[in-house]
Amino acid sequence: MSSLTIFKRELKSYFAQPTAYAIIVIFLLLSLGFTFSFGEFMNVGDASLEYSFFFWHPWLYMLIAPAIAMKLWADEQRTGTIELLGTFPVSTWSAIVGKFLAAATVSLVALLLTFPIILTVNYLGSPDNGTIASGYIGSFLVCCTFIAITMLVSACTRDQVVCLIVSVTICTIMVLCGYDSFTRELAKATSKSTVEAVISFGVWDHFSSLTRGLFRLQDLVWFVSFIGLCLIGTSTILSAKRA
Amino acid sequence: MIEAAKLTKRFGSKLAVDNLSFTVEKGDVLGFLGPNGAGKSTTMRMVTGFIPPTSGDAKICGISIVENPAAAKRKIGYLPESAPLYNDMTVIGFLKFCAEIRGLTGPEKNEAVERSIETCFLTSVARQSIDTLSKGYRHRTCLAQALLHDPEVLILDEPTDGLDPNQKYEVRQLIKRLGETKAILFSTHILEEVEASCTRAVIVDRGKIVADGTPKELLAQAPNGSLTDLFRKVTTTDTAA
Repeated sequence: MSSLTIFKRELKSYFAQPTAYAIIVIFLLLSLGFTFSFGEFMNVGDASLEYSFFFWHPWLYMLIAPAIAMKLWADEQRTGTIELLGTFPVSTWSAIVGKFLAAATVSLVALLLTFPIILTVNYLGSPDNGTIASGYIGSFLVCCTFIAITMLVSACTRDQVVCLIVSVTICTIMVLCGYDSFTRELAKATSKSTVEAVISFGVWDHFSSLTRGLFRLQDLVWFVSFIGLCLIGTSTILSAKRA
Repeated sequence: MIEAAKLTKRFGSKLAVDNLSFTVEKGDVLGFLGPNGAGKSTTMRMVTGFIPPTSGDAKICGISIVENPAAAKRKIGYLPESAPLYNDMTVIGFLKFCAEIRGLTGPEKNEAVERSIETCFLTSVARQSIDTLSKGYRHRTCLAQALLHDPEVLILDEPTDGLDPNQKYEVRQLIKRLGETKAILFSTHILEEVEASCTRAVIVDRGKIVADGTPKELLAQAPNGSLTDLFRKVTTTDTAA
């Protein structure tokens, strides 16, 4: 109940200010722009969205998810409203969940507004729409993971710029770990087990199986537990800061 | 209504609040005096459940803030020191949010919001965005938030700080009026406020209570019959510490 109240407030705050609109417009411009330019959507003649469209999402999310979520706790701490929130009869946990869901909703709106690409690909060919749906789920999960990371960083600082830079860096590392050309270089320098460990920390391994329409339980578990850990970490940091 | 028992707060090696005990009954307005850094805000933050005490406990209407924070917080209305607000909301939107989070719904919520707006003279700015408000209005909006659920206990951290003389007078009158039916704990370093609106006052210095009594009793203790002299006598200046 209180999660819902906080969720509504946060969501309203995104749309009362230019934040959400700027993020949604930029995401749409870049994701669709890349699809048709570098992704060579038209030239490849492949009726799937795997390489032309979904490939760009982790790269965009590593910038956009921190931009969405950086204010969540940093701003509360800077303006002191955390003291109001902390003395309302709500648990820290329900505030965390409400805020996380609000940020996830903004990214979901941005993602769903890319729907013309589904219409286009269906008009031009006959793609496997199940694969596309699973790609969308994977894409959303990657974004949620990055939002959860940013939220954790946001709990540590009252400065949004610091939060943005630190979370973009962490997200970038997670995108690079498991990115093919990066892991190939890494394999030359280190042992096989190190490379495997690095790959499993990155998002590609889990994301690309979903964009191929492969729904593996292990990927779902990875995403959910990663997000869960970040939220638990947020709660721990917030209570440690008060003590 | 408020029973603080041996509240202690340590930040690292610094002892901010040292074994502080006091009670505030219904109908009491307790003024919390002390120099800056004496531990007034820290004590209030512990009583409201924002920070956990290192040791000791505070009971709000008999409910422990340490053991049952959610239930105890329901009984409290709190105005934090800097009157923090969500700047992206309107006054009425903010108050509705606070009412909802306190579990008020439907007509009950709207009534509570309207009553608070009237009590704190916010009618003219109710639909204005909070970031356009002057300091006086911001303060009163935050005060309105504390009154929404008609709490039995009110804790106000420097409620008149930064207000002009008219607004100070209004807030003091409001505290006096509300004090008839509630237990109020408020901090200040304006000594005339104590005489104007408190039934009792304590002076805190370096985390300890150094004087306690009704304004009259405190005045009797004062060397020259003024609270300022008593305040200067029992507290240490920050340069001396």
